[in-house]
Amino acid sequence: MGISRRGFLKVAGLSALMAALGKSGFELLRPGQVEASIPLTKGKRWAMAIDMRKVTPEIIEECKKSCHHYHNVPEFDNPKVEIKWIWGEEFEHAFPDQQHEYVSDLIKSLEFPLLCNHCSNPPCCRVCPTGATWQREDGIVMMDWHRCIGCRFCMAGCPYGSRSFNWGDPRKAPKELNPGFPTNPEFPTREVGVVEKCTFCNERLAKGQLPICVETANKIEKDSFIFGDLSDPDSNVRKALRKHYSIRRKTELGTHPNIYYIVA
Amino acid sequence: MYDGGKIIVGLIIGIGLLLSPFFYNAGKALKPPEPELTPKAKEAKVCVASKEYMRNNHMHLLDKWRQTVVRNAERYYESADGKVYYKSLQVTCLDCHSNKTKFCDQCHNYIGMDPYCWDCHLEPKENK
Repeated sequence: MGISRRGFLKVAGLSALMAALGKSGFELLRPGQVEASIPLTKGKRWAMAIDMRKVTPEIIEECKKSCHHYHNVPEFDNPKVEIKWIWGEEFEHAFPDQQHEYVSDLIKSLEFPLLCNHCSNPPCCRVCPTGATWQREDGIVMMDWHRCIGCRFCMAGCPYGSRSFNWGDPRKAPKELNPGFPTNPEFPTREVGVVEKCTFCNERLAKGQLPICVETANKIEKDSFIFGDLSDPDSNVRKALRKHYSIRRKTELGTHPNIYYIVA
Repeated sequence: MYDGGKIIVGLIIGIGLLLSPFFYNAGKALKPPEPELTPKAKEAKVCVASKEYMRNNHMHLLDKWRQTVVRNAERYYESADGKVYYKSLQVTCLDCHSNKTKFCDQCHNYIGMDPYCWDCHLEPKENK
């Protein structure tokens, strides 16, 4: 006798299970595969170096104001529903992995400007079920608000809290906090149920302009925000990084953030 | 049939009532509205494509623009006569056609169309 009915069922069941789980499991467990399907930066990789020796809380406040003004980001004065593209945070919260009891007073006193890191290995793009967020060839982690269904997987995926959800209609944001909203007639607003974040001012880059935060910060303190192409060894960003010591946020997660903070 | 007369009279009255809007509006078909041009649009004379194409296919063109701008970062459009336009509903289209109520809404209302562009894209400020 070859195989019993019971034995056959066991083998058949196991094989079916392996076939179903094995392939998807393999796909899930092989990082980089999803990203590899998109041709990465063809000689271009936008990045930003922020010189923490020059940045003050006032600069961050001005950057936030100009960015939110430019991109029609409403103010709610409520951290539960707030929408932020760029904001300030102390060292302990910006770099929790590098925080310790005896961190220097200078570092402790600093406020770090935080924004989307435009990671080279963006977890938000891996989890987006509709392709509403993806990495462009120049490294920008872009959003298509037309396509966002508001599932907020990307917000769970992003380890930097760079994404915000529109819990309500941004146009119904409190009038007294948002005089003249929408503030930029050339930029759209978003609608309820859509996630938004910094897009590295790709619409300004297309016109040959610097991101609005870089422009604002550099008006106050020259070279406090340095924006450029990381793939070009002679770019201003590369020069600044070559010269000074810089740190990035939560590098141990393998997201390869492209915002560098020069600290020394 | 019991009470046949009453039922038939009732049916006639019922159907009559149901059809009354058709009789009431018979021969009074609403004229399709003509989109109005602003002085600026009139002066420009040409749109990004021919009038006939735009009339029938503006939605396809806008959809294509949306796709290519957002997904492929191709922000400029070259028309058949070689003129280059910045692809933007809000900035380019509505710059000429700043009379949205008379240019867009009239026809959309007439055919019962409710495009959701305006949930996000800003409408021009009109002096109504």
